[in-house]
Amino acid sequence: MGIQEFTYLLQGLAWTLFLTAIGFAGGIFFGLVVALMRVSPSAWLRVPAICWIGLFQGTPLLMQLFVAYFGLPLIGFDLPAWGAVSVALTAHASAFLGEIWRGAIQAVPKGQSEAAQALGLHGFSRMFDVVLPQAFKLSLPATVGFLVQLLKGTSLAAIVGFIELARAGTIVSNQIYRPLLVFGVVGAMYFAMCWPLSLWGRTLERRMAAGQAK
Amino acid sequence: MASMIEMQRIEKYYGAFHALKNINLTVAKGEKIVLCGPSGSGKSTLIRCINHLETIKSGEIVVAGHRLNDSQKAVDAVRREVGMVFQQFNLFPHKTVLENCILAPMRVRKLSRSEAEATARKYLERVRIGDQAEKYPAQLSGGQQQRVAIARALCMEPKAMLFDEPTSALDPEMVKEVLDTMVSLARDGMTMICVTHEMGFARQVADRVIFMADGQIIEENDPESFFRAPKHERTRAFLGEILAHH
Repeated sequence: MGIQEFTYLLQGLAWTLFLTAIGFAGGIFFGLVVALMRVSPSAWLRVPAICWIGLFQGTPLLMQLFVAYFGLPLIGFDLPAWGAVSVALTAHASAFLGEIWRGAIQAVPKGQSEAAQALGLHGFSRMFDVVLPQAFKLSLPATVGFLVQLLKGTSLAAIVGFIELARAGTIVSNQIYRPLLVFGVVGAMYFAMCWPLSLWGRTLERRMAAGQAK
Repeated sequence: MASMIEMQRIEKYYGAFHALKNINLTVAKGEKIVLCGPSGSGKSTLIRCINHLETIKSGEIVVAGHRLNDSQKAVDAVRREVGMVFQQFNLFPHKTVLENCILAPMRVRKLSRSEAEATARKYLERVRIGDQAEKYPAQLSGGQQQRVAIARALCMEPKAMLFDEPTSALDPEMVKEVLDTMVSLARDGMTMICVTHEMGFARQVADRVIFMADGQIIEENDPESFFRAPKHERTRAFLGEILAHH
């Protein structure tokens, strides 16, 4: 494998990171919206969030990518491939992060929001000053775990012809007929990104367990 | 004497469970009430109705002239006048002692940070914990945490304070420091309703002791008469049980 092929893989790697970043950033924003809707006392907000979460957790990411790639143009959104893939990843991440954070919000002891209520704090301040900072901390290990999944999930974007790291590997492998070498390198690249994240998640989890024991 | 808290014909249910039955209670300005009774008798529920942490089925609650109903405006007005201290302290663990104390004054009373901090330091000083302002709740003992919780409530400058078993979660050696704080608050004329089994505290500061069982007020009297000559059989049985260990 020459320098040219390796550079090609690096370009794929850059796209993988780009897709992950977009999916994660979009997922954080919309996931927060989904989580807040999901814990709302109003059924008008809660039920759509439950459906959204159920829909994206209950179908394969692969199918979600297909629907975004082929479906969005049909309803008039003519997006480039990376746009369609970003929409799918964002929606996917928003459902999973929404559900992770829903659990974390509900894991914050009820006394916290009662104390905030007794002090006269309103819903917004109760959520953003009191509950969410604690929920965010509780959710960190699971959130990092999902980030790792999302990063690996971007390889499915290859199916709609998007040239990220996995697809770049396939192309290079077909050119130089050295699949073991090429996919070995591709695997090592994924590993180099995911392993530190996993370690970080595990550290956070240990630190939190220690904090709770105190 | 003007009344600070009025509860009339309060009925409260949890599903089919009748938690409060025809509660009538008037608390005068500056009056100190101790509420006692066996667990499950409705005493915590009663005080939690006063600041709308629990909703009632029927009846009327008026706090410092504000009639409580389900509207946010009425609830806000009432909560603005009443502070509450919980059994489990419920301090915000991600905020320092000082931040715990300034959050509501800044958000609700719209004080500037420096005004809120000045108020907070004054009350932290008053509960004798001024030197711990920069620490996090987890770095303090239970007794210190509960005193911070009292200071946090006082920072809203309430007209009345509700205490929901404030010493029940504390190690025995820390009970006194919290009770001392409450006694000093009582001496300064604060209107207080305390759910507690600390009968020494009741004798020392209460104007009235109220005994509840099964969601009803069974008996009420001044502490002297209440402890010396309880009228009701259930009160005698209850006092016999809790005083046996004192």
